[in-house]
Amino acid sequence: MADLKLDQIHKSYGAVDVLHGIDLDVKDGEFVVFVGPSGCGKSTLLRIIAGLEDITSGDLMIDGDLVNTKSPRDRGIAMVFQSYALYPHMTVYKNMAFGLKLDKQDKAAIDARVREAARILQLDQLLDRRPSELSGGQRQRVAIGRAIVRQPKVFLFDEPLSNLDAALRVQTRLEIAKLHQELKSTIVYVTHDQVEAMTLADKIVVMNGGNVEQVGSPMQLYHHPQTRFVAGFIGSPAMNFTNVRIDKVEPGKVTVSIPGGTPSVLPFDVDQNELGKQVELGIRPEHLSLGDGGELTVHGEVDVVEKLGDSTYLYLKLANGDHVTVRAPGHSRVKIGETVTASASAGAAHLFNGNGKAFAKVDCPAEYSADE
Amino acid sequence: MSFKNIRREDASRAVIVHGILLTYTLVALYPIFLVVINAFKTRKAIFRDPMGFPNAETFSLEGFTKVLAKSNFEVFFYNSFTVTVITIAIVLLLAAMAAWALSEYKFPGNTVLALYLAIGIMVPIRLGSVSILNLIVDLGLINTLTALVLVYVAQGLPLAIFILTEFMHQIPKDLKEAARCDGVGEFKIFFAVILPLIRPAVATVAVFTMIPIWNDLWFPLILAPGDGKQTITLGVQQFIGQYVTDWNAVLASLSLAIIPILILYLIFSRQLIRGLTSGAVK
Ligand SMILES: Nc1ncnc2c1ncn2[C@@H]1O[C@H](COP(=O)(O)OP(=O)(O)OP(=O)(O)O)[C@@H](O)[C@H]1O
Ligand SMILES: [Mg+2]
Repeated sequence: MADLKLDQIHKSYGAVDVLHGIDLDVKDGEFVVFVGPSGCGKSTLLRIIAGLEDITSGDLMIDGDLVNTKSPRDRGIAMVFQSYALYPHMTVYKNMAFGLKLDKQDKAAIDARVREAARILQLDQLLDRRPSELSGGQRQRVAIGRAIVRQPKVFLFDEPLSNLDAALRVQTRLEIAKLHQELKSTIVYVTHDQVEAMTLADKIVVMNGGNVEQVGSPMQLYHHPQTRFVAGFIGSPAMNFTNVRIDKVEPGKVTVSIPGGTPSVLPFDVDQNELGKQVELGIRPEHLSLGDGGELTVHGEVDVVEKLGDSTYLYLKLANGDHVTVRAPGHSRVKIGETVTASASAGAAHLFNGNGKAFAKVDCPAEYSADE
Repeated sequence: MSFKNIRREDASRAVIVHGILLTYTLVALYPIFLVVINAFKTRKAIFRDPMGFPNAETFSLEGFTKVLAKSNFEVFFYNSFTVTVITIAIVLLLAAMAAWALSEYKFPGNTVLALYLAIGIMVPIRLGSVSILNLIVDLGLINTLTALVLVYVAQGLPLAIFILTEFMHQIPKDLKEAARCDGVGEFKIFFAVILPLIRPAVATVAVFTMIPIWNDLWFPLILAPGDGKQTITLGVQQFIGQYVTDWNAVLASLSLAIIPILILYLIFSRQLIRGLTSGAVK
């Protein structure tokens, strides 16, 4: 078990720059999740940590050792692949023991380790089967078992659940969470499923186009996104955005007018020279409710109604053509074509400047804050 | 079109395909069949009724007794077998390792090297017979089985490398990387992961390599024609004269020659059928 430090990691394939200087600290025993849209470089970064790709420039330290030029076997890592990558001609037992045999460890110790991993992952009954005789979930557990027996300093997972069906995905996700509690190991986990990221991570790293957008705990990212990208990426359904104009700036207060809504005073620290400029206002669907009880109101015509049972999503079309999603209670009887008013408390709002950077919120109410 | 019609069309297609294949099989097997049945007939019967089965009257083992008694058949046999097996072993090992290097490691000249090796498939090695003969004489290897093995290895390698490289490309990248992350060294990855997975391809290559060697007359004739070093195909020639050919003996030795290659083929062909990668990924 160990900590991990990335310092200005750059990666290019020929003339194509894929990673543009990644800095990251992972503490011992931390569960870190990389999320981001497809092609943003998550897998590349993970493979660099594993030693499967060369670093173009920058430093990578595992447990205080510079490992830039070390081979995967000398880094003390274990990786679980999306495709499982089990050795098809070996039994489950041999799949797990294969890497150990080579360290010339004595047989009894190897056997004990494999059986312990099999017990943790409930593979005891399957040790003599071949991968082709296993279900997808079982194969994934074998792949995880193969990583566990190596007792690595750092576990690396590349989208380990994306080949599983929805129910199995939830189950395996819970198993991985339990595993982390049991082993207390450092884990780096790549996914593009934000539910996985939110539920598993101690720390989420949001990546975009080869850069780190923001690093923080799941709640920090949810409540205090530093950029519009993070705000839109974390949370489901995604945050609503609409363009607003800044009408008035006072210390700790800013007045904006929402198209099809009323001017609202929001608790943000905004520079005087932003006056009159267009900025982007963001509100999460779950922070909006029907009626005009909040300081921030929007009116719009209902386009689509999605009933999920416990809640109902209403898709409103505003006067300026923007769409806003509202999470209404499950018993809501709103119909398509109705014009409704929805509102949120001013503390729930997010405000982003023209470059997508968030303005600082002042006096954030507890329910919209990550502070414990 | 109804479902039934599709089925019928498929069925008639299958009949045609199988008909063609069956005809081809018969055409290919018939000469061998003739060789075998005539090997068991008297000389007169061979000429009087070449297509007929041996019966009580025409049955004779005279060819076999002659071959086994009057010639060094065991020696020919041993020579052919040794040359073939050693060549296959060397070709498979070298070709697999070369294919692994060409498909897995990126180094300058990789493509050029692969192309150079592929050219060997198109240039018949017999064009170089004279220089090969000179070389073997200079090396002092004339009239040795080593000379044959060396030449056959050179002859077999290009195609073997070509086929195996293609197969190695198909092995999922994740599998090799998983092994590397597992701390497995490159040699162990090659022998314990890659080779078992391409066993069907290795068997195919073994068959492709083996048959031309077993049947070859040319190189044994020019490189190792001496007593005690002759292979079966060359040995049989002693029964074929300019004026008289001892057909009983020729057919008997050809029949015997089929047996070992058939056994080797059966061993390898069991591997051909297996698709081993199932269950590796996904
Ligand atoms: N061998 C390569 N040569 C050139 N470009 C590459 C290579 N491998 C990856 N890339 C590029 O690097 C970028 C990042 O790829 P990467 O696989 O890390 O994305 P990712 O974030 O894992 O995406 P996904 O969620 O789809 O798996 C992509 O734009 C891809 O096209
Ligand atoms: Mg990826």
